[in-house]
Amino acid sequence: MALLSVQNLCAYYRTEIYGISRTVRAVDGVSFDLFQNEVYGVAGESSCGKTTLIKVISGNIKPPLKVNSGNVNYHFGAYDVDILHISQDELRRNVRWKEISYVMQGSMSVLNPVRKIIKTFEDIVDTHERIPDKKKFLEQVREHVNRLGLPTEVLDSYPHQLSGGMRQRVAIALATMFHPSLIIADEPTTALDVVVQRGVLQMIKDIQALSDNTVLLVTHDMAVHANVADRVMIMYAGRIAEEAPTDSIFNTPLHPYTQHLIRSLPKIGERSTKASLRGAPPNLANPPSGCRFHVRCPYVMDVCRTEVPDLVPVRENHRVACHLVKETSL
Amino acid sequence: MFRVLRDLLRYDGRFRFAFILLAAVVVMILLSFVSPYDPNKTFVVAMDAPPSLEHLFGTSSRGQDIFWWLTFAVRNSLIMGVITAAISRVIAIIVGLTAGYQGGWLDKVMMSVNDSFVILPLLPILILLGFLLRDQMNLFLLGVILGLFGWPYDARLIRSQVLSLKERSFTRTAVYSGTNGFWITINEHLPFVLPIVFATTINNLLWSLGMEVTLSVLGLSDLTTPSIGTALFWANQHGALVAGVWWWIAAPALVAIILFLGLYLFFASINEYIDPRTRLRLMGG
Amino acid sequence: MRKFILRYLIPRILQTLTIIFVGITVTFIIPRLSPTDPVEAQISMMMARGETLDPQSIASMRAALTDLYGLSGGPVQQYFAFWGRLLRGDLGPSLANFPTPVSEMIGQAMPYTLSLLITAVIISWIFGNLFGALSSYYPKNRVLSVIEVLGQAVRPIPYYIVALVLLVVFAFFIPIFPFSGAYPIGTKPNWSLEFIWTFLQHAALPAATLVLVGFGGWFIGMKSLTSNIISEDYVVYAETAGLKENKILRNYIMRNALLPQLTGLAMSLGTVFSGALIMEVVFGFPGLGSLTMVAVYRNDYSMIMGIAIYSIIGVAAAVFLIDLIYPLFDPRVRYQ
Repeated sequence: MALLSVQNLCAYYRTEIYGISRTVRAVDGVSFDLFQNEVYGVAGESSCGKTTLIKVISGNIKPPLKVNSGNVNYHFGAYDVDILHISQDELRRNVRWKEISYVMQGSMSVLNPVRKIIKTFEDIVDTHERIPDKKKFLEQVREHVNRLGLPTEVLDSYPHQLSGGMRQRVAIALATMFHPSLIIADEPTTALDVVVQRGVLQMIKDIQALSDNTVLLVTHDMAVHANVADRVMIMYAGRIAEEAPTDSIFNTPLHPYTQHLIRSLPKIGERSTKASLRGAPPNLANPPSGCRFHVRCPYVMDVCRTEVPDLVPVRENHRVACHLVKETSL
Repeated sequence: MFRVLRDLLRYDGRFRFAFILLAAVVVMILLSFVSPYDPNKTFVVAMDAPPSLEHLFGTSSRGQDIFWWLTFAVRNSLIMGVITAAISRVIAIIVGLTAGYQGGWLDKVMMSVNDSFVILPLLPILILLGFLLRDQMNLFLLGVILGLFGWPYDARLIRSQVLSLKERSFTRTAVYSGTNGFWITINEHLPFVLPIVFATTINNLLWSLGMEVTLSVLGLSDLTTPSIGTALFWANQHGALVAGVWWWIAAPALVAIILFLGLYLFFASINEYIDPRTRLRLMGG
Repeated sequence: MRKFILRYLIPRILQTLTIIFVGITVTFIIPRLSPTDPVEAQISMMMARGETLDPQSIASMRAALTDLYGLSGGPVQQYFAFWGRLLRGDLGPSLANFPTPVSEMIGQAMPYTLSLLITAVIISWIFGNLFGALSSYYPKNRVLSVIEVLGQAVRPIPYYIVALVLLVVFAFFIPIFPFSGAYPIGTKPNWSLEFIWTFLQHAALPAATLVLVGFGGWFIGMKSLTSNIISEDYVVYAETAGLKENKILRNYIMRNALLPQLTGLAMSLGTVFSGALIMEVVFGFPGLGSLTMVAVYRNDYSMIMGIAIYSIIGVAAAVFLIDLIYPLFDPRVRYQ
């Protein structure tokens, strides 16, 4: 059974100020499943809806964000959770950090600058479980961070005394305190140099292999997906464009957008010039009709302008939302 | 500019309130030009008459109609405030721009002196000044003096803005393309600096008017010129409260409150409208 | 530790010294720029009082006064002499209460002003910040919105006018607080409970004014500061991690917001001090403010000068104190 099942999720931002109301359709009809023991990558350019998707999945829905329709259901073994209708209290007590945890974008600054690292650990653990024995707890934390390659002195320091890479690792350590079933990593490698990136990615891979949990990895960097992800989902303008195992995405991309993404990756020894897509990312307050990619698509057909393509499986485990592919596979 | 006002009038209750208050002030100022009484003449009407239809705010122990006297007071106080604002803007811009652009030790020294002025308790110093210049003091001179002391806070704000602008890419582009430094300031940076100057002007106005009231009440300004502060001074001189002529104190206080509240709310609303961060906050929910 | 002293302590000491230096120099320059010659003014005032003096006495009086005012010798000489006397703690005698030294009279008035100031500042700062943060975190709360409106209404009004309003209200309409002086006429100040009680009653109104105006300012500043902090990464992270609301408020939001507010407190001391002086004038409270008022009326030049100098040094010292406290709250300054 799937760990997470998202069906037809529509989540919009509604704002009303000084007489102007605006609806930004950040996530517009997204359906996918997550399974145990895999690394699932979500790729797409800025403002394609990835961050909103994550917010909704983790139950972090605050105005002006509102879920219009759809289901988000978790199956943590025997414990089922409908994240859209769960109470904040239960969310905090049983789900957050114990089943779902979060490694945030810009982990540089997720740590409270005026608190020691160990205090932050205490804060987070204390919220979900009482700490009966302080000394034992300290031991556990020490073990945990050591296992992740961090020296014990880190615990006694303040965030500004640590480097960016170390802070990122601390964030990962915090996220894995309770060995959650799902770890959501939002742009974990952005703003890090490549050497540190490699370290962080290795850490993520190791944790996943060790605990058999699921990692949902969101990043625009295709190279990261190639390195770590088992399956990849490409998002465009609030909708899923394509979803397939990593190999298929890179070797046989079917959606024109994916094809373009893959083609733009430099290969060693290659000397050709890369063409860029014409046009700009769409305005989600006023998205294009039909297939949202049609404005920039090199293979646009008439039907693309009027009808929204469904996300259909064209091969085993491989789904695409494109009229072109539907036609040719028929 | 007008669109800002229109939006605010329509959707911001606080702004509407401020607008009404300020409109009242403007009306008073305009009325001063058609006043039936000369503010410099005393004992022209019955003394100590309570507010009535004939004398809106009553009359004072000096035989003057308080309402019409106050129209002049508001006008003079505001003129003084504008003088202070103008002078301190100029100084603030010069200091802020110079410190921001030059950087290095000049910047450090300037900011050190600047901060000293911010921290120094100005009232005792101004009292000293007022005391010494008593005979020569008039509203204009007071405006100049306040202008010479009212710039440091804003200079620092301007300087921070300049510092952040210096690092921006469009500045580097201009520099690399060979544009002369002065023109960079005028063409590229001023549009960012001016809104700050505008926003700080109101703070400055509030401060200088407040100072005027305080110094006049202590008797340290030209007591024959009507201003909000001198109104209160004369009321105190004649022991208005004790003698039961409470309207002589209440009227200037009321006018002062309307003026200050109006100015403050007016510009607080505008600032909130312009600042994108507060907009984001207002949009949530 | 050495780094801390070098990077933080020494610049702060230098800044404090600069403040004092700039302030004293300004106080020194001002009288010498004014067209009024204090010596002549004093002499003419004495003559106006009806004292007849023969030319010789006038000459020796002039010499004595010139020396007293530190006006003998060229400007540079005067400046150094000025500093010399300051460092010795000599502010000269009060002219209105000759020969009582100015420093003595300031010393008597000081405790009143200080007690007023310290109480008012602490109360308005703590509560203004507390309610401002709460108002930002719970934006829909009705009570907090009302408080915000009141705070916004009082904040731009000059201290004097607020004092006046309070005076009128409590003197005429609800006479529960005495509105003049610090103790009934004829009582000798002492440490008895009775005295302290009347003192508190008398201090209530001036303190209330200071607190009211200050509260509004801190409230609004804290509210906008907190809104910015709420969207900071570490707060969002804490919320995502499910931390309880009051834990987030206390340890994540307030602790971080207090830092700039502490700096703000230091910056505002000069203004609050000025406000306190005015309070005393309105309510007849026997502190530095009333001393100033009387000095102005009686043309007591050395008193006014002395108060100006004293205020500068006092405020600079208070700011330095806050500078010393700040590292206790901000670990980024403690450990470089």
